[in-house]
Amino acid sequence: MVRFVVNGRHHETEADPETPLLYVLREDLHLNAAKFGCGLGQCGSCTVLVNGEAVFSCLTPVLVLEGKQITTLEGLGTADNPGPIQQAFIEEQAAQCGFCIPGMMMRAQALLQKKPQASEAEIRAHMQPNLCRCGTHMRILRAIHKAARIMQSAAAGAATPQIGGGGS
Amino acid sequence: MRALKIVFGTLAALLILAGAFFAYALHAEIQPREAGPVNFDPQLVSRGAALAAIGNCNNCHTVPGGKAFAGGLPIPTPFGAIHSTNITPDPETGIGRWSEAAFQRSMRKGVDREGRHLYPAFPYDHFTLVTDDDNKALYAYLMTRRPVQNTTPANTLPFPFNIRMAVAGWKLLFFKEGPYRPDASHDGLWNRGAYLGEGLAHCGACHTPRNQLGAEKKSQAYAGALVEGWWAYAINKDSPAPVAWSQDAFYHFLRRGWDDAHGLARGPMSPVVANLGSVPEGEVRALAAYYATVAGEPSAERRQKGETLIAEAKQPAIGRTLPSADAQAVPRGGNPQDFGAKIYGAACANCHEGGQPLPYGGLNLNLSTAMSGPTPHNPINVVLYGLPPAAGDRSPIMPGFHGSLSDAQMADLFRYLRSRFSDKPAWENLEKDISAARSAAGATALYPSPGSQPVPADASQRGVIW
Amino acid sequence: MSRLIISRRSVLAGTGALVVSFASTRLLAQDAGQTQAPAPLEAPPPPKPAKLPGSLDTTRMLDSWVRLDAKGEVTIFTGKAELGQGIKTAVLQVAAEELDVPFVALRLVTADTARTANEGYTAGSQSTPNSATAVRYAAAQVREILIAEAAERANVPAAELRTENGAVIAPDGRRFPYGDLVSETLFHVEAQAEAKLKSPSAYQSIGKAQPRVDIPAKLTGGEAYVQDMRLPGMLHARVVRPPSYGAELEAVDLVATQAMPGVMQIVRDGSFLAVAAEREFQAVKAMRVLAAAAQWREKPGLPNQADLASVLTNLPSRELVILDQRTPMPPNPRTLEATYTKGYHMHGSIGPSCAVALMEGDSLTVWSHTQGVFPDRKAIAEMLRMGEDKIRVIHAEGAGCYGHNGADDAAADAALVARALPGRPVRVQWTREQEHGWEPYGPAMVTRAKASLDEGGKIVDWEYHVWSNTHSTRPGPAGALIAARHLAAPFPEPEPEIIPQPNGGGDRNAIPLYAFPSARVVHHFIPQMPLRVSATRALGAYMNVFTIESFIDELALATGADPVEFRLAYLQDERARDVVMAAADRFGWKKGEKPASGRGYGFGFARYKNFAAYCAVAAEVEVSFETGRARLVRAVSSVDAGDIISPDNLVNQIEGAILQAASWLLYESVAFNDTRITSTDWASYPILRFNAVPDSLEVTLINRPGQPFLGSGETAQGPGAAAIANALANATGKRFRSLPITRERIKGAIGA
Repeated sequence: MVRFVVNGRHHETEADPETPLLYVLREDLHLNAAKFGCGLGQCGSCTVLVNGEAVFSCLTPVLVLEGKQITTLEGLGTADNPGPIQQAFIEEQAAQCGFCIPGMMMRAQALLQKKPQASEAEIRAHMQPNLCRCGTHMRILRAIHKAARIMQSAAAGAATPQIGGGGS
Repeated sequence: MRALKIVFGTLAALLILAGAFFAYALHAEIQPREAGPVNFDPQLVSRGAALAAIGNCNNCHTVPGGKAFAGGLPIPTPFGAIHSTNITPDPETGIGRWSEAAFQRSMRKGVDREGRHLYPAFPYDHFTLVTDDDNKALYAYLMTRRPVQNTTPANTLPFPFNIRMAVAGWKLLFFKEGPYRPDASHDGLWNRGAYLGEGLAHCGACHTPRNQLGAEKKSQAYAGALVEGWWAYAINKDSPAPVAWSQDAFYHFLRRGWDDAHGLARGPMSPVVANLGSVPEGEVRALAAYYATVAGEPSAERRQKGETLIAEAKQPAIGRTLPSADAQAVPRGGNPQDFGAKIYGAACANCHEGGQPLPYGGLNLNLSTAMSGPTPHNPINVVLYGLPPAAGDRSPIMPGFHGSLSDAQMADLFRYLRSRFSDKPAWENLEKDISAARSAAGATALYPSPGSQPVPADASQRGVIW
Repeated sequence: MSRLIISRRSVLAGTGALVVSFASTRLLAQDAGQTQAPAPLEAPPPPKPAKLPGSLDTTRMLDSWVRLDAKGEVTIFTGKAELGQGIKTAVLQVAAEELDVPFVALRLVTADTARTANEGYTAGSQSTPNSATAVRYAAAQVREILIAEAAERANVPAAELRTENGAVIAPDGRRFPYGDLVSETLFHVEAQAEAKLKSPSAYQSIGKAQPRVDIPAKLTGGEAYVQDMRLPGMLHARVVRPPSYGAELEAVDLVATQAMPGVMQIVRDGSFLAVAAEREFQAVKAMRVLAAAAQWREKPGLPNQADLASVLTNLPSRELVILDQRTPMPPNPRTLEATYTKGYHMHGSIGPSCAVALMEGDSLTVWSHTQGVFPDRKAIAEMLRMGEDKIRVIHAEGAGCYGHNGADDAAADAALVARALPGRPVRVQWTREQEHGWEPYGPAMVTRAKASLDEGGKIVDWEYHVWSNTHSTRPGPAGALIAARHLAAPFPEPEPEIIPQPNGGGDRNAIPLYAFPSARVVHHFIPQMPLRVSATRALGAYMNVFTIESFIDELALATGADPVEFRLAYLQDERARDVVMAAADRFGWKKGEKPASGRGYGFGFARYKNFAAYCAVAAEVEVSFETGRARLVRAVSSVDAGDIISPDNLVNQIEGAILQAASWLLYESVAFNDTRITSTDWASYPILRFNAVPDSLEVTLINRPGQPFLGSGETAQGPGAAAIANALANATGKRFRSLPITRERIKGAIGA
């Protein structure tokens, strides 16, 4: 039995402890965003946050997740109430087939949580582990900058809660 | 009277010594040459390119994301950070005004054009061995690079280390001027390897431990040392590699960046092998011949052990074929109480016992030097940060686990790895080392794995956390 | 059920001939075997049907495309599939425009063998010209019928009525919501060749910014892909594919796999091997154990990777002369010639292929991201020896496919496993290695260009040769499916097809748009396929446009002409000239401008298939002389796609195509040894990452309201690659004729 928190809610899983988190998220929790792209840690389609850090959920067995905070894209907002990253990506129409985009958004979220003022060069370097085959990179970068601006103006307005308990 | 004589005598002796010292320490400025491009024989430039690759010049003299040879990379020393210089032929900020004689002197004596001593972070204690002819070729190469205007940052050395004259004292103690003298008891190939290895390739600069004043301890040549957060393993008879390094293994590793029985070059060794991939094959064979003797002949027992390990590793986990399914293995059952074993089985065995051949498959860890090394620095870095891919070249990729494993979990994993894959005593202070490596993120140099294409290292690509 | 429908309205009287809805053609097909009743002697022979716009020509009933119910809910049907190219949104925009219905009120049904028209494959950049056109005309005619209906009820001439917001409005303000006007058979009539289309000046939806309908769900964790499907009782399956083409399964010990937790079924048929389990990770582990237990007999059969060009040109080929307009040459021409080569490249879909299948009784349903639900159904039916009418294939989105990837095969795999587990939905997910190893690649090609110049430097003769395999092995017959070829009673691999001009396969865009006085173009069609190949985005146009545009550049250089001016001298098509000038202008192209050291400028242009969208690209690259590493720094593209439905979506597609082409050009070739494909993952087949993304990428659109829609999903592939290649030549002074133009090749050419 492994207990962890997903998007703020407590979960227990009786799944085989070697099961990669990706399968538990998709199959047991019916969370669609994280995707199977390679299972090898090469493409980032499966990216989620664990205690605020971006990880490849395809290679993270649930047995290491006891007590940890997991954030998936679903935890950042909904279609009716999108979070800053989602709002930015939707406004910029930063998707073609869209398969890689949740992983991109989670990786970006990890960076912006730690470094709200990340520069273009830092963003590009940070996004390296994630692949996009459709060539949506320019829009992804624009959307990340936009998300940073949205987050900053929200922070200026009110204190923004940290997602994923990564610790400030 | 006698006291005065003694005083005067001592003063005179001191003056003579000082005079001798200054005579030794003072160097004249060599007049600048006329600024402007020079024509060199393309063959000479080509030879210089190969020599510069062996010398790994591009790696120290380029910052991540920066222009080749424009300098500015802070090289950490126990005394502070020393920044590499701009060695592009820019007339104002580079070496564009240096004559060949000035360049020769810098390599031979460690003195710049103006006559100032260079800090031995520039390893002229090795480069002094380079012959005039080879320096000529290097000069031709450097002077035909693209000039870059870049004023490098000032060094951050505290007193008295910021006084360059003090370096003369260091040289007196530790510096023996070259060039290389061949050893008649060995053949031409070995001598070429010794010349390159002890000279341009300056392998000892990382692989030999240093004393308090930062000089290599000659008596412990190639006994291993900690450099920039990575452990450069012993490559002498004390090599911890489970399979002893043979001449063939050295050749393959240095030439291709990996070897079946030793795994991949990574960390600061990655750009070294990328550079060596781009030079004439004979030079790498020479290095292999020389270092085979540095490593020495393994004992019969060690040789036997190595052969057994290789044979075992060749047996795939349970008879796999690729790519019928995926690259990952059937994880071994381990001691269910051993948390480290469980992590290994679930997250690592998939690739590391998958049977996919190197360089793209994970190394069978029974063959890993990292598991048997004196310190866990290297595997900690690799497990935390992974091996990032080279841009556009086929190259191995390993993901990092800094997000998914806590310090305690990593320590559990490492205790298991050490006990399963080596017969060495347990590593102590694992949690401390792991935590230190985590906080050093950003300061730990990370390098893309060498691509399988034989082109020089892309020094500007360093530093991407995976 | 078969119905005889005769339109009640004189304006739609048409020919008065027998008109039958598409839904009942199946019945007719079943009747085909029976003796036909002799036609009455006095009935005139049915006149040839009029040519209808787009796909209306093959699916002629209005209600095959547009349906309204009494509540006023509008459903649009398209036989095309959403691939991430935005076709759902574009089709809805067109429908909203012509129906005068709010965009948000529309529902859309896409490619489904039970519900939509058979529009073949969503490929070849034909969705807007064929499907959007059909929907447009159908919607416009539906609107006319609604107006006519309202006219009767309102007792007002139709010409005085207008439509707005889902209702017909009378001059006195009376509103007739569409729902009040419809009846079951109102639109069950054949379409006409003409329709009253909205005038561009009145556009409210076409050409306007319309956010894509599929994006919100994809970006907020909604169920959007076939990979997200969860049907009650669904099982998870994995295939164990052979390690190489032609490998045969000699033996497999099933005992260990059968004993594993959750394993429900192992399917073995010849060399087809798969396992199904309750939970997905159980299936993954079972697959690994099963793979380890399988023993294969392999045989070497792959060509020498280092010498592909010579391998290809030495294979038997059929010579197809696709252009031959020779005129005598002037004396003393100056002749240039160059040969170019390309390796195999991959689709490399980021999400490996996936399908869900359910066998219930004697009926099979398959959910797949195939580009062609009808052809895939036909192939699966043949493979399973079932009637096509017993199989329904429904398109569900996958990751971007960029052509014929593993989708059709995954559907076949799922069908085979589902057949062994009737009553349980079965989900087959391919692994990364399987997608890399088994998808059909973009063929390796050789091209040769030769031109003669007169004394004034004008091109007086042009000769072009292209050697290539087929660029389509789509199902088709069952033998096009991997699984079918691996069965104990295998289906034979079908003979490769030649896609004739003007579409072309390997010879797509082999005929340049430039006006040369004398030209000959030959397509050397190579039937034998050493590696599995099929259609990738733009097919042969990627290589042909790269070649032609590189060679045009070489000619320009040889005559001292500016590359852009040189092209314009041979472009007579006004719209082609416009995109060329627009791209050059926006880029800041200056004749004779010398770039900074390490940088280069290049240009590329083509009209996709010479009848689809126009695209010009100007590019700036930077090259590191130390390492040979090249990067696209900046690109500006200009595109003319006729009447542009979704401007931002088009920009998105062009940006994507240019970056994808950059990745293909600079990095990509499939690696293999004499037996196996060795490019099995992203380490052994690298593609573009963020460190190589340009600083800027700009797309300008030249809108032609009122002009036909021109297919544009593939138009930038060739020009983008060509512009980069030409920029590399400009930066290094060396010409690169072998793709991919890797760092190693650049460094090798530059030297120390």
